[in-house]
Amino acid sequence: MNIHEHQAKALLKTYGVPVSNGVAIFSVDEAEAAAKELGGPLWVVKSQIHAGGRGKGKFKELADDAKGGVRLAFSIDDVLKDVKDMLGNTLVTKQTGPEGKQVNRLYIEDGADIEKELYLSILVDRESGRVAFVASTEGGMDIEAVAEETPEKIHTIDINPAKGVTSADIAKLNKAFELSGKAAKDGETLFPTLYKAFVEKDMSLLEINPLIIMKDGHLKVLDAKVSFDNNALFRHPDIIELRDLSEEDEKEIEASKHDLAYIALDGTIGCMVNGAGLAMSTMDIIKLYGEEPANFLDVGGGATAEKVTAAFKIITDDPQVKGILVNIFGGIMRCDVIAEGVLQAVKEVGLKVPLVVRLEGTRVKEGQKLIDESSLDVISASDLDDAAQKIVKAVRATN
Amino acid sequence: MSILVNKDTKVLVQGLTGKTGTFHTEQALAYYNTQMVGGTHPKKGGTKWTSALDGTELPIFATVAEGKQATGANATVIYVPPAGAAAAIIEAIEAEIELITCITEGVPVLDMVDVKERLKHSNSRLLGPNCPGILTPEECKIGIMPGNIFSKGSVGIVSRSGTLTYEAVFQTTNEGLGQTTAIGIGGDPVKGTEFIDVLELFLADDETKSIVMIGEIGGSAEEDAAQFIKDEAKKGRSKPMAGFIAGITAPAGRTMGHAGAVISGGKGGAEDKIEAMESAGINVSRSPAQIGKTLVKALRG
Repeated sequence: MNIHEHQAKALLKTYGVPVSNGVAIFSVDEAEAAAKELGGPLWVVKSQIHAGGRGKGKFKELADDAKGGVRLAFSIDDVLKDVKDMLGNTLVTKQTGPEGKQVNRLYIEDGADIEKELYLSILVDRESGRVAFVASTEGGMDIEAVAEETPEKIHTIDINPAKGVTSADIAKLNKAFELSGKAAKDGETLFPTLYKAFVEKDMSLLEINPLIIMKDGHLKVLDAKVSFDNNALFRHPDIIELRDLSEEDEKEIEASKHDLAYIALDGTIGCMVNGAGLAMSTMDIIKLYGEEPANFLDVGGGATAEKVTAAFKIITDDPQVKGILVNIFGGIMRCDVIAEGVLQAVKEVGLKVPLVVRLEGTRVKEGQKLIDESSLDVISASDLDDAAQKIVKAVRATN
Repeated sequence: MSILVNKDTKVLVQGLTGKTGTFHTEQALAYYNTQMVGGTHPKKGGTKWTSALDGTELPIFATVAEGKQATGANATVIYVPPAGAAAAIIEAIEAEIELITCITEGVPVLDMVDVKERLKHSNSRLLGPNCPGILTPEECKIGIMPGNIFSKGSVGIVSRSGTLTYEAVFQTTNEGLGQTTAIGIGGDPVKGTEFIDVLELFLADDETKSIVMIGEIGGSAEEDAAQFIKDEAKKGRSKPMAGFIAGITAPAGRTMGHAGAVISGGKGGAEDKIEAMESAGINVSRSPAQIGKTLVKALRG
């Protein structure tokens, strides 16, 4: 789960992390009061969307030479002008895709005197199996480009979970950032504090780009991007409250209510599969036979008939779907449960497109029997190859 | 021969009394009498679990240590819910269980970071979490793999994806090859056992004549495994291999169900993995339905 920059900064502030003062606003009416409260003389008006590259982004509704999604303002009038320009409009960045994202909230922040920009992130490094800091002196830039062009400027420092951030780790980080004096002293508290926040809140990513050295020599967190481990949200009710549903796809929200992993794609064949790997492979084989999948949908391990019904409804609600492929290899998942769910769903929502069902594994005979004995028009497939060919053929026949 | 588990493996079930634990323990007992020797539950120690299928009774112990002492168990399988899964693994590590298999899906990754550290200083091997388990045909079934698709034979199977493991098993059975052992290592980013650990065991096992390795997008475990295979081949150790990578069509930046399956920062894409595997001499099938046939071709040379 992702949160907005202003939420991330508010969270980090509770740990004592140095961030600028700021006010989040949701309407133009709130802008003037917010700007006055902060007092200036320099304000930064920042679009709050769940995507990076905001500064270099473009608003669809504005002229090509208009400024991007993060703007400096030197007067309250400028702040108001920027707020009117940005709020409600659609920001397109390299991370949003061409359709862009509507800006529904802005964060107005005190400006900072920047001496130098650094890059810091904390993540779970799967190679070491540990939490790791990624540190670079090349802040404020696209870190992926830095990694590509000058990999020697990126340092990864992993943390022993039994010890936490040690003084040796701090020394490595200060060296990687080339910090000295006040900034190095700040690092001694900042790095362990960020680690503490990351671990306590079960973050999956904490990215600070840039972390700045100010003209007075101190460190400050100028931007913050935080994602949380969805698997750990059960122990963080405070974090769940920060979720912004307007940032998410409606069908994906519906799917997550039923604990289904669903991702909308652009093709015509709806898929319902158990297991992420098999779900991806089912998409792959549809493509091999020349058609495109309409979605990724993993019904997971312990699906009930109700869950399968919900999954089926989500797929059939997509007007792009011209055919449905159900591919289940039951292990923990029982084929009879899947069959019941599919039949139930077809009864409830009807079936307007061809449906191919391939069942294998635990209780396959019972599941196949349910399908065979139903009066519904379901095409059975014997294996994955057969299933993919049958659905592709059926979809093409309807065109 | 087989790797890690055989007819002598004695298995304790952590989370036996739940619905999932019960169902899969019944299935395991029915699979060539896998030696399921008991279960654990902190509050139900001293009671008995009864199979609904045939009335088989198993003792419930309050702790893994107690269960191990009473039964001589050398393996556990974990079906407890995500919030308690890491604690269950740690309990088994502390009881010095040799092989711990965690089936539970959705374990917080930072819990696994702590588990991984403890594993390093232990005598235990962990499979998973979020994995289908391990099965040696006609001898021992730990976890949730459907036993009916297996046949005793010569292929070692290792996979990051649960249901794709079944595809590989099913297809090698249909080709008449059969399996020595099949292992699902799980799709989570931080896990107990990696491809390389299993490949090493398969290379060392005389009965295993060929290997199937199933990967997916995300991370660099497949590239690391390919490098390992290359290095071993230089030392004269190699076996015919087929492979498959799931996620060729997956869009970048979207996590595909598994917490591990995501292409990010231009890394972890399927094409890179396929290239690395092919350069190590692994025959990579482009279709998930052709894994068995690809291996047969590799065996024919």
